[in-house]
Amino acid sequence: MITKPGPQPPSHPLRLVVDLNRCQSYGQCVYAAPTVFRFHAEESLEYDYAPEGGVRREVERAAAACPVQAITLGGATEPAPGAHGDHR
Amino acid sequence: MTAPGAAGPRTGRIVVVGASLAGLRAAEALRDEGFTGELTMIGDEPHAPYDRPPLSKAVLSGRLDCDHIELPRVRDIDARWLLGTPATGLDVPGHRVALADGRSMAYDRLLIATGTRARTWPARAGGGLDGVHVLRTREDAERLRGALLNGPSRVLVIGAGFTGGEVASSCAESGLAVTVTQRGAAPLAGALGGTVGRAAADWYHAAGVDLRLNTTVRALEGDPSGRLRRAVLSDGTVLDTEVAVVATGALANTEWLSGSGLAADHRGVVTDDRCRAMTTDGNPAEDIFATGDIARRPHPLHPGRLLRLNHWDGAVAQARTAAHHIVHGPGAQHLRQPLPAFWSQQFGHYLKSIGVPALADQVAITQGSLHQRRFVAAYGLEGRLIGAVAVDSPRVLDGYAALIEARAPFPPALGATDGPAHPDIIDAAFPGRDTGGTRDHPGHTPSAIAPAPNR
Repeated sequence: MITKPGPQPPSHPLRLVVDLNRCQSYGQCVYAAPTVFRFHAEESLEYDYAPEGGVRREVERAAAACPVQAITLGGATEPAPGAHGDHR
Repeated sequence: MTAPGAAGPRTGRIVVVGASLAGLRAAEALRDEGFTGELTMIGDEPHAPYDRPPLSKAVLSGRLDCDHIELPRVRDIDARWLLGTPATGLDVPGHRVALADGRSMAYDRLLIATGTRARTWPARAGGGLDGVHVLRTREDAERLRGALLNGPSRVLVIGAGFTGGEVASSCAESGLAVTVTQRGAAPLAGALGGTVGRAAADWYHAAGVDLRLNTTVRALEGDPSGRLRRAVLSDGTVLDTEVAVVATGALANTEWLSGSGLAADHRGVVTDDRCRAMTTDGNPAEDIFATGDIARRPHPLHPGRLLRLNHWDGAVAQARTAAHHIVHGPGAQHLRQPLPAFWSQQFGHYLKSIGVPALADQVAITQGSLHQRRFVAAYGLEGRLIGAVAVDSPRVLDGYAALIEARAPFPPALGATDGPAHPDIIDAAFPGRDTGGTRDHPGHTPSAIAPAPNR
């Protein structure tokens, strides 16, 4: 069965990535989710791809607030693949 | 070769070899494009797909753990994953991929996304010594991080490209003494030219890094127990060091394709503009595609050239294109190819590039100046704008991108308030080229290889 992309259920681990070609260092994400996004040096964004501690709502706000829409959140409901033999 | 889509374009078996960014995004795009058949993901690393750019920066500096760089999977793909299982061979007529564990996987269509690996140091010059590192995988980063935590008296970084600069920057930030050797006259010269590279040299110096230009490493030497102790440089200097990081570029993971009849070598796999892998006889293999760092591909803005773009952005956009052509077959409409783009963070600077600076013959500083923290360099080839690099100016490149796509003349007429009215045109100073003359031998198809920035 193929699931359509959509919002990830809150029970799945939060994952995110920022397209740093697109990022223009507006810093809205840093205000929205300061424990996940931060500037290292003046303009260089750093972030946690797999934040813990119930910050989903903050990260969703950060993704929505990004003026250049550079933040992608996970949408899969399948478990992450591992190296223990075949995985479906 | 069987007809493409013998099992129907949306059904059958697709095998993706390579389970990193390019392979993952291509698999997701295949499902987006309506592929409902069997999908198998084969990866040599034993991990779920993760992002490599932080390895040389936040991970190395200890600000981010390797468990925190897993890439988001944007949708379900209903795939069979074979991780920690390198592919070892390809049987094109038989439509099978051989795996290291002895199995073989049958496919109707194949996507090659095995990427690149770090070039290693030769064993005869000390490559096998304990303390000699490369940086490409999670394990590499964890090993190197451990070595840095032991407090080496000096770290030697061999090569001042993107990876070398980022590693040196992270080490210097951690308070370690760092020496960087660079074969050419400036850091980043292969990707950005010597003129802009000289500005980068100032970053190294400001961070207290001992940058040795026009210098190579002759040998790495160890103690009787096989631990790295010193490096002999081409200028005769003997440097005491316990950690060396080899950052001398990337090689395409194409060994498993040898003898397959595909046009593949250490530079990558040649594809056409539909991402179909080319065979050595110059025809596209109908059922075999390649994407990501491994693909050398034509771009409409640079006819007659093959671009291998070791870039995050290229991996995502190209994955989409590959999936589109895999699912829709030869009749598919062409997708617009975005401009190549990449970025780097080093020595507190955020560098972004658009277009293909590496092909330029001239450069002009169009905003700011090379001596300021922020500047923009425009790159020209034969009077046409083909690229731009922005340092600590992350919002300006959209305008340059539009001009590059429009094939605007070089130098561009910008009227930027922070730029000169008539920018000086300077030789871009790429290594190994005659200035002003023709660069390429007739009949030779050069490859623009931007040396491994954020892969």
